[in-house]
Amino acid sequence: MAATTMAKALNAALADAMADDERVLVFGEDVGQLGGVFRITDGLQARFGDKRCFDTPLAEAGIVGFAVGLAMSGLRPVVEMQFDAFAYPAFEQIASHVAKLRNRTRGALSVPMVIRVPYAGGIGGVEHHCDSSEAYYAHTPGLKVVTPATVDDAYSLLRAAIDDPDPVVFLEPKKLYFSSAEAALPARTEPIGRAVVRRPGRDATLVAYGPSVPVALESAEAAREEGWDLEVVDVRSIVPFDDATVTASVRRTGRCVVITEAQGFAGVGAEIAARVQERCFHALHAPVLRVSGLDIPYPAPMLEHTHLPSVDRVLDTVARLQFDDQPDPRWLTEGDAA
Amino acid sequence: MTTTPQAVRRASPRTRRPAKKTATAVDPAAGLLPAAEPVRLLDPAGGALPPHAEYPVPDAGVLRELYRRMVVGRRFDAQATALTKQGRLAVYPSSRGQEACQVAPMLALRDDDWVFPTYRESMALVSRGLDPVEVLTLLRGDWHCGYDPAARRTAPQCTPLATQCVHAAGVAHGESLQGRDTVAFVYIGDGATSEGDFHEGLNFAAVFKAPVVYLVQNNKYAISVPLSRQTAAPTLAHKGVGYGVPSEQVDGNDPAAVLAVLTRAVAHARAGHGPYLVEAHTYRMEPHTNADDATRYRDGAEVDAWRDRDPVARLEAYLRATDGLDDATVAAVAEEAEAYAARLRERMHDTPTVDPLSLFEHVYAEPTPQLVEQREQVRAELAAAAADDERGTR
Repeated sequence: MAATTMAKALNAALADAMADDERVLVFGEDVGQLGGVFRITDGLQARFGDKRCFDTPLAEAGIVGFAVGLAMSGLRPVVEMQFDAFAYPAFEQIASHVAKLRNRTRGALSVPMVIRVPYAGGIGGVEHHCDSSEAYYAHTPGLKVVTPATVDDAYSLLRAAIDDPDPVVFLEPKKLYFSSAEAALPARTEPIGRAVVRRPGRDATLVAYGPSVPVALESAEAAREEGWDLEVVDVRSIVPFDDATVTASVRRTGRCVVITEAQGFAGVGAEIAARVQERCFHALHAPVLRVSGLDIPYPAPMLEHTHLPSVDRVLDTVARLQFDDQPDPRWLTEGDAA
Repeated sequence: MTTTPQAVRRASPRTRRPAKKTATAVDPAAGLLPAAEPVRLLDPAGGALPPHAEYPVPDAGVLRELYRRMVVGRRFDAQATALTKQGRLAVYPSSRGQEACQVAPMLALRDDDWVFPTYRESMALVSRGLDPVEVLTLLRGDWHCGYDPAARRTAPQCTPLATQCVHAAGVAHGESLQGRDTVAFVYIGDGATSEGDFHEGLNFAAVFKAPVVYLVQNNKYAISVPLSRQTAAPTLAHKGVGYGVPSEQVDGNDPAAVLAVLTRAVAHARAGHGPYLVEAHTYRMEPHTNADDATRYRDGAEVDAWRDRDPVARLEAYLRATDGLDDATVAAVAEEAEAYAARLRERMHDTPTVDPLSLFEHVYAEPTPQLVEQREQVRAELAAAAADDERGTR
């Protein structure tokens, strides 16, 4: 075992997939000679040639639409959107074609492809470089949406995404690119569609994915001082969502906080909270709470720490899980007082 | 081409000036721009024009087949319009008047070439030999795409505008990468050339030298908005030069010219020279769809003027005048078209049965746990409704 970064694990996954299957093509903006602005495609063009790893014109709708055609011709495109917010021009291609072609044609045509999107913040990026765009994709039937939080998962989920018969939006948490861990590649972890318990605990479940998983783990560690033993579930696969693992955890602990970097309103965190509440109502000792980004456009770098879920904000929220069996004063109104 | 006095002077050694050291650069757009006038081989009444310098009139046998398919295609189109009025189709965008543009590509392409149609190309698809009931599935509403796009190398009819321009570039490049000489053929309208994906498609195809032929059917209106509000370009064919794509404009109601120009465009692409853009000047004789009222934005005199340039009558007149078509053949083709329409009418008479549980198929290769849950809920609802029906309580 050697220390490896998530960036290197993703690079290895692409290289191994290209070596194993000559139909796999990698393309996008600056992915060829440069190896991508985050170097995720480093060395691929030199190793596999410029017919299999190549730069394209700067046009995201074009990149994804081109991938649709390549997939129709039997190839396996893996495209890179340079940054989260730069993928928006491609949204029509993704929502109207990538997601729907299988359905529109009763399965006669499918367009398996991977759309890699470096996403979320925490890196001091200027505007349009830090959006958490997962809800747009997760709300679109026909797409799978996955996001790794560990080095092993980065490798394994990307390999699984490339092998998947359906299109996968692969969200890479930028702030974790250069996080490192002991990893023996090629790692194989749980498949797409499965969540995993990253840390067992008895008192409450923290549900998180991607960039929020380290925040959840750190919060759980800090919570020990408060006497709380917190479980952490890493969602990994936003679509398909693993209700079974998440609800099993919450049934055990009876309390749940969902943590997302994305704005909370109408987001993936809201969906998870609703699902947990529907399925675990009688096991819950407190309402399901959320810690999310604020409902604001992603802020300027010097203000992002106020926006992003922090350990303190998570612990303050855990404190509202009615361990003393008292209603949360925040939601009381005059009528409730008596 | 006329010879200008200047050209004569240049051609004469006596008057030619000595070449300067800094030779005039060759215009990099040379060879990309369309001719000043649309290519035309037949006059509006179907008379043969003087031979064109670049495009010979196609053989009589090919033109007869083009005529046959145009007549059948027009009858299909009329039948689909009638079916809409009878409530059998939710909506139908007619391509009457555009028969040359609809049908000629099918004679220029091979069966293994990929075709990317829009919603207005139903006539083109039946002309390609697709089952008309499968083609009309989208408009009847029992599913979205009724034919098998992979087997027929025909993409689903595209309703979002211009998005198919990039798909075609991708298919064409993918086929090239795999050593196949397939051509991708794109139908698009004048309005959709304003969409970004038209430009991204041309650009990708050109950069990757992908064998794609883009046919812009300039039928003058995008629903109600006239061409003058779409573009200030001299012609839509001129949009090719900005991407390094050679282009041509053609009289879209001259079937012989459309076939000649597209045949050369397809050959250009298949030979590995990259994409080609053709603008066909034509006219949508019907409203945008049966739900549209064209009298709100164009007057009858304009429509009447285009009636005089009818592509079917024009080709028939030409073929008759050149002994390429006799009364017996015309009658046989008309009979074939009637039989085709009658068979379609009959097959469209029954309302298809649709299975609500099929909603959950083909969202993913395998349904997600959430879809399985929802499917079971719908199954239970259906069972309960069926039980109620049986008890006669509904």
